[in-house]
Amino acid sequence: MTSATTAHSVVEPSITTRRFAGSLVVLYAVITMIPLVWIMLTAFKSPDDAISYPPKVMFKPSLEGFCNLFTTRSRQTPEFIRSLGPPQGLCDSIARSRNMVVAGPSNYVPRFINSLIIAFGSTVLAVALGTLSAYGFSRFRVPLKDDLLFFILSTRMMPPIAVAIPIYLMYRTIGLSDTRLGMILLYTSVNVSLAVWLLKGFIDEIPREYEEAAMIDGYTRFQAFVKVVLPQATTGIAATAIFCLIFAWNEYAFAVLLTSGNAQTAPPFIPIIIGEGGQDWPAVAAGTTLFLVPIVVFTVLLRKHLLRGITFGAVRK
Amino acid sequence: MAQIKVEALDKSFGAFHAVKSASFTVEDGQFLCLLGPSGCGKTTTLRMIAGLELPTSGTIRLDGEDVTMNRASARDIAFVFQLFALYPHMNVRRNIGFPLKCEGISAAERDRRVVEAARILRISHLLDRSVSGLAGGDRQRVALGRAIVRKPKCFLMDEPLGALDTEMREAMIHELRSLHDRLGATTVYVTHDQLEAMAMADRIAVMNNGVVEQVASPRDIYDRPASLFVADFIGSPPMNFLPFRSGLQTGAEAIRLGERDVAIPAAREAMVESELVLGVRPEHVRFTDRGMVRGEVYGTEYLGTTQIVTVTTHYGALKARSPSSRSFRTGETVGLDFRPDTLSIFDKASGRAIRTALHEGGAHG
Repeated sequence: MTSATTAHSVVEPSITTRRFAGSLVVLYAVITMIPLVWIMLTAFKSPDDAISYPPKVMFKPSLEGFCNLFTTRSRQTPEFIRSLGPPQGLCDSIARSRNMVVAGPSNYVPRFINSLIIAFGSTVLAVALGTLSAYGFSRFRVPLKDDLLFFILSTRMMPPIAVAIPIYLMYRTIGLSDTRLGMILLYTSVNVSLAVWLLKGFIDEIPREYEEAAMIDGYTRFQAFVKVVLPQATTGIAATAIFCLIFAWNEYAFAVLLTSGNAQTAPPFIPIIIGEGGQDWPAVAAGTTLFLVPIVVFTVLLRKHLLRGITFGAVRK
Repeated sequence: MAQIKVEALDKSFGAFHAVKSASFTVEDGQFLCLLGPSGCGKTTTLRMIAGLELPTSGTIRLDGEDVTMNRASARDIAFVFQLFALYPHMNVRRNIGFPLKCEGISAAERDRRVVEAARILRISHLLDRSVSGLAGGDRQRVALGRAIVRKPKCFLMDEPLGALDTEMREAMIHELRSLHDRLGATTVYVTHDQLEAMAMADRIAVMNNGVVEQVASPRDIYDRPASLFVADFIGSPPMNFLPFRSGLQTGAEAIRLGERDVAIPAAREAMVESELVLGVRPEHVRFTDRGMVRGEVYGTEYLGTTQIVTVTTHYGALKARSPSSRSFRTGETVGLDFRPDTLSIFDKASGRAIRTALHEGGAHG
């Protein structure tokens, strides 16, 4: 009997401990997943199923939510609808079954594109600026370095929305209201402090010898930075980019306040869908479901960097 | 290859004076070790020669050209770091070829020279391996490969063997020295390990507290230390020091130590009455019943062919090296005698060695 003679290990958790820990993790995962799963299910429900009580878990899937998300419709008399030709496509036939015709595309796609441009634009900018300043703070003797770093951090100490009114007035005066550029600049300025602090930690961990070796080998400091430091900072850059992207992608308050048309992002648009012809929960759920996709894709693409990155360099080589 | 001339080099970091007026010359093809305890300024000196730090004052000349304020990349030197600094995102071949890439050398020529460097260092079989999987000694060879591939004016090495285990170190000491001889390269090598310095260097610069205490051949450093610090730092066990108070006439051939006269190499300068120190290497202490210093055996340390005997005397504990064939009992009273022609005398206040006949003939070469 080997099991009887095996000594109790001090470092290895026992089977019971591991099972208990495992079930806690699973339980937590289930609890956090329920709202997401519910949103995704609702996206495929018909409007009646979506508001039925008790809530339906089993239902006949429908694409009506997605159709309503992407189109605007107008109500017509049955006679008028009958006088039309055969329905054009799936959405048209769904609309006609509800005595409506498709009037045109909705604003969801342009709003979604705004979100993509603004979120990715501000992320690229914040990470680029953050990497350069983090490198500067990490490597050079900057006068008042600690005070500057604290100042940069202090911009995160108040909720960003506290300065909403002054920014609204400023943006209106200089013509940045409801522009993509304005939103990119705003999200960049909020994210850049996070980026500087996160990246400084990562860059501090890269030994200076690498750049010094490169500089002795004939490279300028900037070349050494690009060829030697950046490749080693990819983990940190990936982790920082995801944090920045998530903030910019999900931001709601400023978007509501500062955008109304041209530059409106998806978050303020999605709730508006409710108002168009009754409480159209499936359309809202469909919009939300699609809204989740870019972050998931981005995170999955960068996940191999994240595993080490999220520990903030706590693990030494 | 080139001559390196360092003149009155000074470096302060804020209030901390790291290097104080350091001057020395490394001749073309010479192997110089900067030796000293940690924090003595040897690495800072090396980094200033490399251009990684700028001196507060002083000049550095490479082959006569003033490069003091030149950028590191403009000096045409190679630097080997203690922790190797191999680029982890490149394989061995790209690591070694990295300096050549910067010079815009064609891929074919680059590869030829990388292969040649790898052959010299016997790491040809590792060229396409990732550096992270290499053993310490092989990493060190890759770092050396990156240094020699460019055929630079000189090599600067910052404790390159510090991260290796003892066995590997021994082997690398010989490898480094024979590499130096083969390439005829001017080399400045920083270490805190006197054995490394003794084994490899043509000349050693001993540093302490930012000051270059002595620059000389390993033999002179050992036999004719220029200061109390050098005498104490070099040698294991270090030199014995016997404090006494006396004046000194030019030409004097003995000093008064307690009740007895001790023969010394003839003094070449005069000293007014002051606190002096007599320095005796453990191997220059002889056991004799008629010895001028008497003491009790405190203990012995067996080293194979020799043993170190610690004797408690009026002047403190003295260490003597004796053949291990002779046996000592703890508590035994012994007489000690010193070999006159090997003794050093220091001025206690300044730590400076007083000039005697010891310093003549082959001295300070």
